[in-house]
Amino acid sequence: MTDAAQRRAAAPGGSTLGSAAAATPLLSVSQLTKHFPIRRGLFGRDGGAVRAVDGVSLDVARGETLGIVGESGCGKTTLGRCILRLIEPTSGQIHFDGIDVRALDAGSLRRLRRRIQIIFQDPFSSLNPRMTVGAIVREGLTIHRLATGAEADKRVRQLLDEVGLRPEYASRYPHEFSGGQRQRIGIARALAVEPELIVCDEPVSALDVSVQAQVINLLQDLQRDRGLTYLFIAHDLSVVEHIATRVAVMYLGKIVELATGADLYREPIMPYTQALLSAVPVPDPTASRERIVLTGDVPSPANPPSGCVFHPRCPHPGKDVACSAIVPPLEEKAPGHWAACIKQPPTTVPWHAQQQAGATHPPERHLPLAAITHGLSS
Amino acid sequence: MTQPPLLTVSDLRTYFYTGAGTARAVDGVSFSIGAGETLGIVGESGCGKSVTALSILRLIQQPGRLESGSKIVFEGKDLLQLDDAGIRQIRGNRIAMIFQEPMTALNPVFTVGDQIAEVVRVHSKASRRAAWDRAVEMLTIVGIPAPAERARQYPHQLSGGMRQRVLIAMALVMSPALVIADEPTTALDVTIQAQILELLAELQQRLGTSIVMITHDLGVIAEVASRVLVMYGGEVVEEARVETLFAEPHHPYTEGLLHAMPRVGRRQERLAVIPGNVPPPTAWPSGCRFRDRCPYAWDRCEREHPPLYQIGAGHTSRCHLADEPERRVRRPRAEATAATLVSPATSRAGDAA
Repeated sequence: MTDAAQRRAAAPGGSTLGSAAAATPLLSVSQLTKHFPIRRGLFGRDGGAVRAVDGVSLDVARGETLGIVGESGCGKTTLGRCILRLIEPTSGQIHFDGIDVRALDAGSLRRLRRRIQIIFQDPFSSLNPRMTVGAIVREGLTIHRLATGAEADKRVRQLLDEVGLRPEYASRYPHEFSGGQRQRIGIARALAVEPELIVCDEPVSALDVSVQAQVINLLQDLQRDRGLTYLFIAHDLSVVEHIATRVAVMYLGKIVELATGADLYREPIMPYTQALLSAVPVPDPTASRERIVLTGDVPSPANPPSGCVFHPRCPHPGKDVACSAIVPPLEEKAPGHWAACIKQPPTTVPWHAQQQAGATHPPERHLPLAAITHGLSS
Repeated sequence: MTQPPLLTVSDLRTYFYTGAGTARAVDGVSFSIGAGETLGIVGESGCGKSVTALSILRLIQQPGRLESGSKIVFEGKDLLQLDDAGIRQIRGNRIAMIFQEPMTALNPVFTVGDQIAEVVRVHSKASRRAAWDRAVEMLTIVGIPAPAERARQYPHQLSGGMRQRVLIAMALVMSPALVIADEPTTALDVTIQAQILELLAELQQRLGTSIVMITHDLGVIAEVASRVLVMYGGEVVEEARVETLFAEPHHPYTEGLLHAMPRVGRRQERLAVIPGNVPPPTAWPSGCRFRDRCPYAWDRCEREHPPLYQIGAGHTSRCHLADEPERRVRRPRAEATAATLVSPATSRAGDAA
């Protein structure tokens, strides 16, 4: 947790989430969808759509890190790019510091992107190999007219120093650097324009463990020193737990659970989150190796299952036919802990409504030991 | 162990002669593996773990070369003395390999059934029909639903997890004595990884196969391996039973790796880091190859290349600390001091506040 977050948490009046909700969020996304049309055949007949992001709502408070986890194809990267409008969303709202992002024209959007930056996953393809490191970092300064000439040179040297690179590296080219160093260059480039929000899209996934720790620490230092807000997208649950204030779990384009890191890892509610947590290999050979092994693969987002998108693979003992009929709302199961499951009490989908949909099992709390052994081992 | 080991690698050196100099990718690696055992090889990119695997199967190509003095004995045969026909008898038959990228390891223009059947036909006198049946049977064993239909599909029609199952089926179809799995789950999502690890363990139990599991993921190592080699700079820097390695790591690199890893349920205020980067294999530092990044290094580490010291039963470490344990005191260093660990209890309390 960052100092800022700790201060917030310590403030009277309640939890981190409570105070986050009280203030106006820096970023507010509601009912965001992105459907990629599938064109079939020579004449591009309409073949349906891939629902990459399907009705996502979330708030990010200033100074917080919201982690987004999920497996490949869950839509987390598309979500990140939609927020910057690098990909144009199909529908929904995005508000950044009160600005309606979707309503902006090209010029205003460019100005907004000074305040929202992105760090990409692949440090090898996200830097132009024909530009020097100095030119890469400087580009944003020039485009947004923040500094020119000697002043810009000075800023570039400061930025490189800030991310732990020697200032004289400015005249070198990206290929001369290792993966971790390139990721630092990408971070310096993002910082150059003094953004408020940084979308970090799997920033450490391509790095070795020892280098990964360096980059994570750097991101945390920068957040503390500059009061940055992060949307941290990753598939690695342990990395997200380490860095995030709150964590959203995505599955097939939807957020299925959203809670503080501590709550999520202590008591995951959505059976998918439970399975995901139990699947993380524990680096402790003496630990229990019990796991919830899901059967089958993630269904195609072009043809998602009806009702709860997770129901075909769901191991919840109370699963019944209602799960394939009712779309579970993302509802607050405990203070600040949101999950989408009609079989985990409490639920706003009443029992008679479930019965009308053919339910045979009333909601019953299910928390398998395998899902929380990580928490217990500490 | 009374039986001779299944595979013994001794003083393996694989060098690449490139324009940028000689890359000593694997530089004097020795280990052995017994029947039915799972040996983990862990290390970061460029440590030589994959080249070690390829060397065993003699899959090293120009400008790479296995240096003289290297010895690989498998089931009593010196693999480096075999002619091409001889090594082909071993590959895919007695020793099989599972690669990281399930997309590139399969041929896109043949059905998966054909690719598995081909292995059978190359290594046995089985008829086309029998080989196909065996392929379908293997797909059943690795848990692919509707195996007869799947066998007629092409790799691009299968998901990543399915393709990895096909590769495992292909590796196990001849009931090899040894399977070398090079990052078999790295490209997969955690829930699929869990399925694949479960499958490998189950098949190993059933078939008594030995497995060399190469990975950068200490979590995977902890789950599958009984003994572990830690590699750094083309060398083995530590070898131990898996419980010993995690409980009492001796080499500062192993110690650093274990601390640098964020762990679910054990939130820390700050991650410990190993400063710097892995040096290029064309220019390993003199003396100890880890000394530039080591929090304990002293002058001896620069002068003297450390041997593998015996730490305990079955536990060796390539670090002079074995000789001078009183030196295990962290040098004051900006990163190292900042990297103080906060106990899980206090950080949890912070979260709950």
